[in-house]
Amino acid sequence: MSMRRLDALSAIYDDLEPCAVVTIMGAVAAELQSLGHRPGHFYLQHAMGLASSMGLGIALCRPELGVVVLDGDGSVLMNMGGLSTMGRYRPGNLTHVIFDNESLLSVGGFPTATSAGTDLAAVAAASGVPRTTTVATVSDFAAAFREARACGELTTIVAKVDAHYEPPARTMGFVTELGLLENRFQFARHLRDRADT
Amino acid sequence: MPVSVDSSRTVYDALRANGVGLMSALPETWLVHLIRMAEEDPEMILVRLAKEEEGVGISAGAHFAGTKSAMLMQNHGFLASINGIVSGAQLFRIPLLMLISDRGTFGEPDPWQTEGGLVTEHVLRALRIPFARVDARADCALHVGEALTLAHASNRPVALLLGRPLMWEAA
Repeated sequence: MSMRRLDALSAIYDDLEPCAVVTIMGAVAAELQSLGHRPGHFYLQHAMGLASSMGLGIALCRPELGVVVLDGDGSVLMNMGGLSTMGRYRPGNLTHVIFDNESLLSVGGFPTATSAGTDLAAVAAASGVPRTTTVATVSDFAAAFREARACGELTTIVAKVDAHYEPPARTMGFVTELGLLENRFQFARHLRDRADT
Repeated sequence: MPVSVDSSRTVYDALRANGVGLMSALPETWLVHLIRMAEEDPEMILVRLAKEEEGVGISAGAHFAGTKSAMLMQNHGFLASINGIVSGAQLFRIPLLMLISDRGTFGEPDPWQTEGGLVTEHVLRALRIPFARVDARADCALHVGEALTLAHASNRPVALLLGRPLMWEAA
């Protein structure tokens, strides 16, 4: 029993509005864009594993900003050491969501280690992340996310989701119409403008 | 031969003078003083890493957040970071300053360092990363300033190879 990632994203879409959001590549990026791109969203369309490191860098440098990382099990498995670094510095303004569909969806559905026993919430807790939880329904996810944003402590939420992807309209696979560099420069300008206010 | 405190201080002061506010580091012998100086400086955010590649993501985040940063690693750490550099920093045109201690070249007594020393410059060239070798203390400030200027003008990674003559006290 698990949820659709698009429904989970939909449930927290409004809560993301004031935050700087970093997503992993592929389905997560396309699905969030299908709900509505914002200048505060950055889609790290490669460099697997580094979305959490990027979120950590932003959070450490901008303690006044809410920072959300929308991560995946495959990406986290590529940078497990990054969880230790995140746990070590534990910025309270950072919320780390891991959409765990137990597969590398964007390359055709290769089952990852989380389908065979690896528990990423437990890994995060053992890496020093102060608050961790695993959820499997949209309402539990939304509640956990809002609690994480409100509590002022670093939180990792593992959201168990279906390995399902419906390409949003006008996309080809995971390619959307937002250019990589267009997003990159717009995001930097947005964070710069927010610093000036 | 001990690692040079004076050279470390010169490099550190050049980083601060050029506005660097965050340093990520995975220590190796030559970098210990630089890392200690970052730790003791309340104006510097020091992020100790588990793996050097994380530093590419952290520096990218720092850049978006408006903070200049530097990565401190040895050449093997640079080799460990390549996918992050290519599909993170280069794909997204992120300015990245990499201070790379150049192990495994002339004067290297540790056998395990020598393969890395053979390939470092070739890999930098293959990735089209501009680099300068810093061997003299007197050149540090200029090299650090010019590297940061180029990184920001080009929105690409730039490397400084910290050489043995710089990082070790002369006998």
